[in-house]
Amino acid sequence: MHDRQTVSLDSLRARRGDDAAGHVFFLLITAAVGLAFFIVAAVGVDVVVEAWDILANRLWDFLASPSSADEAKSGVSQGIRGSALIAAFVILTFPAGVGAAIYLEEYADDTWLSRLIQVTVRNLAGVPSIVYGLLGVAVFVKGLDGLTGGRSVIAAGLAIAVLVLPVIVITAGEALRAVPTPLREGAYGLGATQWEVIRTQVLPAALPGILTGTVLGVARALGEAAPLLVIGAVGFYTTGNQDFVEQLRGAFTALPMNIANYARLPAETWRGHAAAASFVLLVLVFLINLVAIVVRARISKRLGR
Amino acid sequence: MTMTEFAITAGVKAASGTGANDVFTVDGLNVFYGDHHAVSEVDLAVKEREITAFIGPSGCGKSTVLRCFNRMNDLIDIARVEGTVRYHGVDLYDEAVDPVAVRRRIGMVFQKPNPFPKSIFDNVAYGPRVGGRKGNLDEVVERSLRSAGLWDEVKDRLSESALGMSGGQQQRLCIARAIAVNPDVLLMDEPCSALDPIATGVIEELMKEIQSEYTIIIVTHNMQQAARVSDRTAFFTAEIDERSGQRRGKLVEFEETGTIFSNPGDERTEAYVTGRFG
Repeated sequence: MHDRQTVSLDSLRARRGDDAAGHVFFLLITAAVGLAFFIVAAVGVDVVVEAWDILANRLWDFLASPSSADEAKSGVSQGIRGSALIAAFVILTFPAGVGAAIYLEEYADDTWLSRLIQVTVRNLAGVPSIVYGLLGVAVFVKGLDGLTGGRSVIAAGLAIAVLVLPVIVITAGEALRAVPTPLREGAYGLGATQWEVIRTQVLPAALPGILTGTVLGVARALGEAAPLLVIGAVGFYTTGNQDFVEQLRGAFTALPMNIANYARLPAETWRGHAAAASFVLLVLVFLINLVAIVVRARISKRLGR
Repeated sequence: MTMTEFAITAGVKAASGTGANDVFTVDGLNVFYGDHHAVSEVDLAVKEREITAFIGPSGCGKSTVLRCFNRMNDLIDIARVEGTVRYHGVDLYDEAVDPVAVRRRIGMVFQKPNPFPKSIFDNVAYGPRVGGRKGNLDEVVERSLRSAGLWDEVKDRLSESALGMSGGQQQRLCIARAIAVNPDVLLMDEPCSALDPIATGVIEELMKEIQSEYTIIIVTHNMQQAARVSDRTAFFTAEIDERSGQRRGKLVEFEETGTIFSNPGDERTEAYVTGRFG
């Protein structure tokens, strides 16, 4: 019982054992953060240490040289080019993804058909990437041979774009749904049409979220190796004197394929190349994330939040 | 209070009769949300250049009825409206009526201030712009902000974000924004519920000032507010439906505000305005 008349300092002190569960929980989540940080740091350190020889001595040469059987000359310029082209295909699908999200969230009535489409899109986002590789072989390599030239970077870019599309649709849809109702009502209440409300209020408010989804999609596209394997990216190739369009339809590779190929070579002396190619891929992904963060911050600031 | 005085001196008593100066005439209005019968059999007439207050306990359907006047319920997929709502004699729910055109004439101010994440200027200019007005909007913006009593406070920071204003200023900005499209009617859905008493007083004074140009319908939880600003008051209540157990809004009484508060005709009105229920 509390003594109502007198209050001593001791009676207000925290008792030993109070909130023990809270302290345990705090320790656990601190450990979780520490573990995540440790893993990222370990990967980073390992990659840099392994790749140090190349990064320190011939970084620019490594970035600018095509793959080669000569350890001292081999580089990832073809991989960077392939990955950049694949990323470009993904960015080209961005309007389609955002458009689908706008239709599903803003225009489609709540019918069994629209629900079926929503569920299907969510399921598509969970389909393993190698399945998209098979789809790419069937549709883009074989079916659209005339357009893609067979096992080419066009076929790979299209397959990976299809793989990323559901992710863009889902994240864009969530960003659109998060736009506050009062904002929409305010615009409707002033006599704006549905399209005007979407263009002037909903899309600007949802843009940061849509951008995040797109960046996640591009980052994922850069890292995918499985569909490329199925579609037929190669480790080494020479372009001879093909022009740009011929190269688009010819043999290709990408950074994840570079890494896989370097790592598969039996001689230990190639390990540094695999690590250096990984380093390049990591830096690219971090850079894309950084750009997204900066753009997000700018938009948010312009919106006054 | 000019209209009320006029009504009293002229010996006009009936509040719900049809007259030439009726902006809205509502007949047999029923609103459903899916299976839920939210509002049942409302009849009333709103007079031009008057402030009409809707009061009543939560869930009595007063906001729902308000949103029938500018077809805001259209935005809710499952909402269905039966009966007629006539605006200057035209059935608002006629197939030929475009809700966008309706909302340009019948503006709305919402419960929570909802400025757009844009500059103060762009907030006020938004309505005229979507209405197709091109060119210089400086004059419209200034006039609207002056009408809302906000001009002197914001004239030096028109290009700053509206989200940096106080809650009371934001709500007056929303009123200015609604005025900028030059509407005939202003619907106000609990416009002061998120504001402190001082900001509330400013908005109430503003309503009185612009009453000479606009017909105003205000939904309020605050009975004193209804008594202070309105010419006529409609009291709604919620009844529990015996079969479904759902709350159903119903109009109990619609009279001059003085009558509602001093000599109500229905005992439920009396119980509510004297604070015995609700």
